[in-house]
Amino acid sequence: MMYRSLFPRDWLAELDRLQNEVHNTFRLSPSIRGMARGGFPAMNVGGTPQSVEIYAFAPGIEPASLDVQIEKGVLTIAGERQRQAPPADATMHIDERFDGRFRRVVSLPDDIDANAVEARYSDGVLRISIGRKQSAQPRRITIQ
Amino acid sequence: MTDHTAVKKSPAKEEPSLLPPVDVIEDSAGITLYADMPGVPKDKLHLHVEADTLTIEGEIDLERPEGIVASHIEVGVPHYRRVFTLSKELDSSKVSAELSQGVLKLSIPKAEHAQPRKVEVKVL
Repeated sequence: MMYRSLFPRDWLAELDRLQNEVHNTFRLSPSIRGMARGGFPAMNVGGTPQSVEIYAFAPGIEPASLDVQIEKGVLTIAGERQRQAPPADATMHIDERFDGRFRRVVSLPDDIDANAVEARYSDGVLRISIGRKQSAQPRRITIQ
Repeated sequence: MTDHTAVKKSPAKEEPSLLPPVDVIEDSAGITLYADMPGVPKDKLHLHVEADTLTIEGEIDLERPEGIVASHIEVGVPHYRRVFTLSKELDSSKVSAELSQGVLKLSIPKAEHAQPRKVEVKVL
């Protein structure tokens, strides 16, 4: 056996996760900026008829060090996560958390209103809501 | 023992979960663990210490506008779970936890008898 999990009872869950990952990767149409899957921060993007919602999972960051920009329909989230260096006499047994500068870019739909943006950071999640233009909202036409 | 394992097994199987990335640092006083669990508020974080097993669990609770349709998902499971086995020299009754901006910090001190002691060498 090439690969053996340390936690045998979790191998089904592990397999599920892998399957989801593969499924998600191939279901989406690839973006010109590439798939930054597994990048930091992880992102979920969704939309409602009134807004586009972006959730960036970026725990442990000073909100002041986050830089969010919208330019020509492209949203950029950049920042830096600084980890406290362990004291000299300490041993680092596991080192998995992200450390350093990061930058992620998302292309936005055409109908967004760059002036109606709201960004909030709570529980380590940065949520950005971008309103859609009024003129692009679906309108019901009354028949006379 | 078998019963016990079965009980533990079932929730893990029903609910796929995310494995939060962690840093584990050990110094002479004990072990400090940092875990990234973004989106988990304080009341949705669950820590269990049972015998020598430490379980970290949390539910992601995000505010969502009504009628949202996802178009790109990287965090597809709203649940974190990770289990660690503690060693004997750690004092599991004195675990302290802090949660700040999605980062959990756990301090597990070493039991008193396991604290390092300097042994003096007498020169005769």
